[in-house]
Amino acid sequence: MTDMHQDTGLTGTDAGAADAIDAGTAEAFLSHDQSLRHAPGPYFGAYGGRWMPESLIAALDELQDTFDKAKADPEFTAQVAELNKNYAGRPSLLTEAARFAEHCGGVRVFLKREDLNHTGSHKINNVLGQALIAKRMGKTRVIAETGAGQHGVASATAAALLGLECVVYMGAEDTRRQALNVARMQLLGATVVPVTNGSQTLKDAINDALRDWVANVETTHYLLGTAAGAHPFPSMVRYFHEVIGDEAREQILEQTGRLPDAVTACVGGGSNAIGMFHGFLDDREVALYGFEAGGDGVETGRHAATITLGRPGVLHGARSYLMQDEDGQTMESHSISAGLDYPGVGPEHAYLADIGRAHYEPITDAEAMEAFKLLSQTEGIIPAIETAHALAGTMKLGRRLAADLAPGEQPSDRIIVVNLSGRGDKDVATAAGYFDLLPDDSVEQEIAEEGEQL
Amino acid sequence: MTTHLPDRQQPESGAPASKAAAAIEKARSEGRAALIGYLPAGFPDVRTTIEAGIAMAENGVDLIEIGIPYSDPVMDGVVIQEATVEALANGFTVPQIFDVVEGITRKTDAAVLVMTYWNPVMRMGVRDFAERLAAAGGAGLITPDLIPDEAAEWLQVSEELGLDRVFLVAPSTSPQRMQNTVDASRGFVYAVSVMGVTGARTSVGAAAQAVVDAAHDAGAERVCVGLGVSSSAQVREIGAYADGVIVGTALVAALRDGGVQAVADLTRELSTGAAKVSAGGSA
Repeated sequence: MTDMHQDTGLTGTDAGAADAIDAGTAEAFLSHDQSLRHAPGPYFGAYGGRWMPESLIAALDELQDTFDKAKADPEFTAQVAELNKNYAGRPSLLTEAARFAEHCGGVRVFLKREDLNHTGSHKINNVLGQALIAKRMGKTRVIAETGAGQHGVASATAAALLGLECVVYMGAEDTRRQALNVARMQLLGATVVPVTNGSQTLKDAINDALRDWVANVETTHYLLGTAAGAHPFPSMVRYFHEVIGDEAREQILEQTGRLPDAVTACVGGGSNAIGMFHGFLDDREVALYGFEAGGDGVETGRHAATITLGRPGVLHGARSYLMQDEDGQTMESHSISAGLDYPGVGPEHAYLADIGRAHYEPITDAEAMEAFKLLSQTEGIIPAIETAHALAGTMKLGRRLAADLAPGEQPSDRIIVVNLSGRGDKDVATAAGYFDLLPDDSVEQEIAEEGEQL
Repeated sequence: MTTHLPDRQQPESGAPASKAAAAIEKARSEGRAALIGYLPAGFPDVRTTIEAGIAMAENGVDLIEIGIPYSDPVMDGVVIQEATVEALANGFTVPQIFDVVEGITRKTDAAVLVMTYWNPVMRMGVRDFAERLAAAGGAGLITPDLIPDEAAEWLQVSEELGLDRVFLVAPSTSPQRMQNTVDASRGFVYAVSVMGVTGARTSVGAAAQAVVDAAHDAGAERVCVGLGVSSSAQVREIGAYADGVIVGTALVAALRDGGVQAVADLTRELSTGAAKVSAGGSA
């Protein structure tokens, strides 16, 4: 672990040096086609690192060592491939969305169907991989944080499959609003701990998971749910999600004979997006777009548009963009989508934003819900509300691409691949409430008013 | 100015001497382990923090550790979390930490260190923060989520200004990391007694002594033990092998339940445990 800093000589605290190196890296990338794939960490430009208590550094070292050896072990990679294929249901489909595309300026739109994976989202890729890593380390217990419950459910699933004890930390307010997801985790054999500290949200659930980890690190692996946190989490979580982009690249070539003009995804912590982007990072002609949660609108202050409006800082072990006030206190984020409602973002995204390789834009709750309805009614696919942010962004981007064609070109000459990161079953009550589809006296109406996500 | 790690807690010539080291050495010369008391700034308000800090100094504490309330205190247990949440709700802002430090150092001889998670320092700017801390009479920083590996700028600035750098070592710390952390520290090394977060415990166990021994073996001249210490009996037990003993949660609970007077009473009680040779010694 001490070796890691000798590679770069860079620290996140030294803003001047960081900027200089950033600029240098960006230049190298733009002028010399330097590969951006498989970035090992701990640093992504000026971001990443290990801003963590010393008590946990040994566990991070052990994790890094185990992960590095596992990646090089054919037995491990075969195990992952087998679970992906025969348990999660990979490869996921790539579906052309022709009727939805009419609302995207007429460009061609393809959906990478992570919604069809077991447990209904991309989350399964990461939890299976990390649960296997936990077993290799001889750990008998995994802990996880969850907001709406998606990563908690996925973690409980992987733990059940591999015979690990599972404890999920969840904001107390969320455990009330997401009572059915709590029940789902309990059905899978997990223990759900309501977190009453701080703002009682996802970030506080992460804080409590970290406190548990410090005290139980001998037996316990922290199964972090996104490509954020201290090294090696960002690069490890990305590794397990790279399958998304690798499959999508192969599938789009097979179906259209060419690479897409753009690839899009929603970004909260950023795991589905980084997994998707990774497949196309070195395809310079493919534009990459991440859509953040704009909440009520970035001008209102009630949003989770971390890269759009945040400043670099450290939270939960990594230096990255962060929603923080003048004092460096973390600010509360807001989004209709619990999965994007996080005031930080993975460090590799911060780097890709700074060097201009990927672009990040906010999408409001209203824009996301419009896209949610539209995909449901044009394609017969109900997306997760998180994913609906990517779809809304794709609609805007498609119209921009269609408005910027060379003479003789048709909109259908442009191709966008969207990561359809999850399905919307869990969001039916929220959406029904949002679109006022429920009778006033129904039980579901009461649930929807509380923001329940089924 | 050198940018490599300075040697073994020794100030470089030119920079002010370590205030934390001086306070611990003074206790040592009096046959005691140093007693270090923690309180979060602004709980329940800035004035009370200053009064409680002065009360600690007048009743036997050698070093005072003032925490900056932070939104995401991952190393703190429930008592300190609740106190810092209240401080923030009462309107505490980070620059007030310098008022607290100055308010205490003006009235007492105790060395005053600031305990802070790193993002507030990064947000203000490491150099700005350090210069204001030095101007307020502060001794240095205790940094629970900053490891030396990430601390290049702080190493350099603290060296220039003569501020103490108190990094943490834990039962899980490898021999190589122990050496690196001891080498990077200035003032003293903070030995985490147990794998866990802050909070009173009935016993800190054998792990603490092993950590202290390992730090001493790596060349640390001053090693102080924190986490879980709440009674004079524990202070006595730990003071037998460590150079200082850090009490936090118990003092925060005393302030919460009984105000400044309770802090003074508990400090006096705790200080009876610090004597290494004869009972009853206090500063």
